[in-house]
Amino acid sequence: MDKDINIKVKVWRQNGPKEKGHFETYPLENISQGSSFLEMLDILNEKLINEGKEPVVFDHDCREGICGMCSLYINGHPHGPDSGITTCQLHMRRFNDGDTITVEPWRSAGFPIIKDLMVDRSAFDKIIQSGGYVSVNTGGVPDANSIPIPRDDAEMAMDAAACIGCGACVAACKNGSAMLFVSAKVSQLALLPQGRVEAARRAKSMVAKMDELGFGNCTNTGACEVECPKNISISNIARLNREFLKARFKD
Amino acid sequence: MNWLIKSSIGRKFVQSISGLFMILFLLFHVSMNLVLIFNYETYDFLANEVLGANWWAIVGTGVIALGFVVHTIYAIWLTLQNRKARGKDRYASSSKTDTTWSSQNMFVLGLFILLFLLLHLYQFWYEMQFKELLMIEGARHDSATLVKEVFSQVWVVIVYIAAFVALWFHLTHGFWSALHTVGWNNTIWMKRIKVLGNVVSTAICLGFIVVALAMHFGFSNLVG
Repeated sequence: MDKDINIKVKVWRQNGPKEKGHFETYPLENISQGSSFLEMLDILNEKLINEGKEPVVFDHDCREGICGMCSLYINGHPHGPDSGITTCQLHMRRFNDGDTITVEPWRSAGFPIIKDLMVDRSAFDKIIQSGGYVSVNTGGVPDANSIPIPRDDAEMAMDAAACIGCGACVAACKNGSAMLFVSAKVSQLALLPQGRVEAARRAKSMVAKMDELGFGNCTNTGACEVECPKNISISNIARLNREFLKARFKD
Repeated sequence: MNWLIKSSIGRKFVQSISGLFMILFLLFHVSMNLVLIFNYETYDFLANEVLGANWWAIVGTGVIALGFVVHTIYAIWLTLQNRKARGKDRYASSSKTDTTWSSQNMFVLGLFILLFLLLHLYQFWYEMQFKELLMIEGARHDSATLVKEVFSQVWVVIVYIAAFVALWFHLTHGFWSALHTVGWNNTIWMKRIKVLGNVVSTAICLGFIVVALAMHFGFSNLVG
């Protein structure tokens, strides 16, 4: 059964991108194990506001694990100790009475800190803008089954499309590599006939953008796959490698 | 072809191909070593007549050296870039992500193997091929005897076995990782490739270890 627990939260506080950050430890009492991790942070912020202190800044939006807005590196894991979930789906029952919970922002050169636990992930948007789309001519809507797609391809494309772009892969990677993200975005289109038309151009420009923005070189440690809240497989990375090399050898 | 330098996947492609090439070389190397267990004369024939200072052996040595130099330079380059991409700030709660140890330590393992290689080249290649090429006095043609002399020392055996263990860790990650990077994307075959990688790494390293021990304890030249 869920109990009320007393915990200490060790949070990274940093006033701005250029300022020096430090850890603050805040004790919290009677936190229901039934509450979510972000609700616990809400309670902390309410307490801080009531004490006249500055609340902790953190990203969050839908709180149901589909928007990709929440982040947080909790006790050595992006999105916390549970697997296959985002931080907003993490519950306090994963923690025990008396625990000190360390909460840090994503740390990677590609994701500079804005304030406290909030990082700038606009690099991902720039990568998408460089080719993560299909160009379509508007007109009459074609019949859904006019282009046959093998079931396995459709399944793999859907699995890749589950990526919510939260950046946990970059946060987990010792190389600060964005390959899992980029490979999911390339794969979801490369596997489908509609995406094949621009496949070569897409692979080249998205990889070029990723390199330009300073993300690292993938060394296949597989840390991204383990921490991904959407369980995106690194087989997508192999597919991206193939798509890119195929495009390059065709030149 | 400047994408082999400018693009991250291009650089990794070079690293993978040079790595895979050296795995082929290691397979050749261990096969030749195993001859020592059976017959010294055959080994000397292979070392002096088939390899030795013949033009093809010199060209081969050059190609292998090039592969190794490229692999080393790219490793340093990629690692420096990756450290930069990771940023200066480290996590206070150190990473608890469950990954294989070797995949996190490829550079350190490689560095250890590189240092070992310098010793190894000085002990054998310098004595055999290099001296002969530059006409330095005392080039050795009794290759098997030279191996036996070197491996009669205990510290040599210990250092070599340590290097083979490091090589095993390096190869168990390197084998499948290289094929992954050249674009072998298949969820069923990737598992088999990982197993095959373990088999190949174990065969190579076990072969080297067996020969090192056999030379030290005198279980060599059995059908001599």
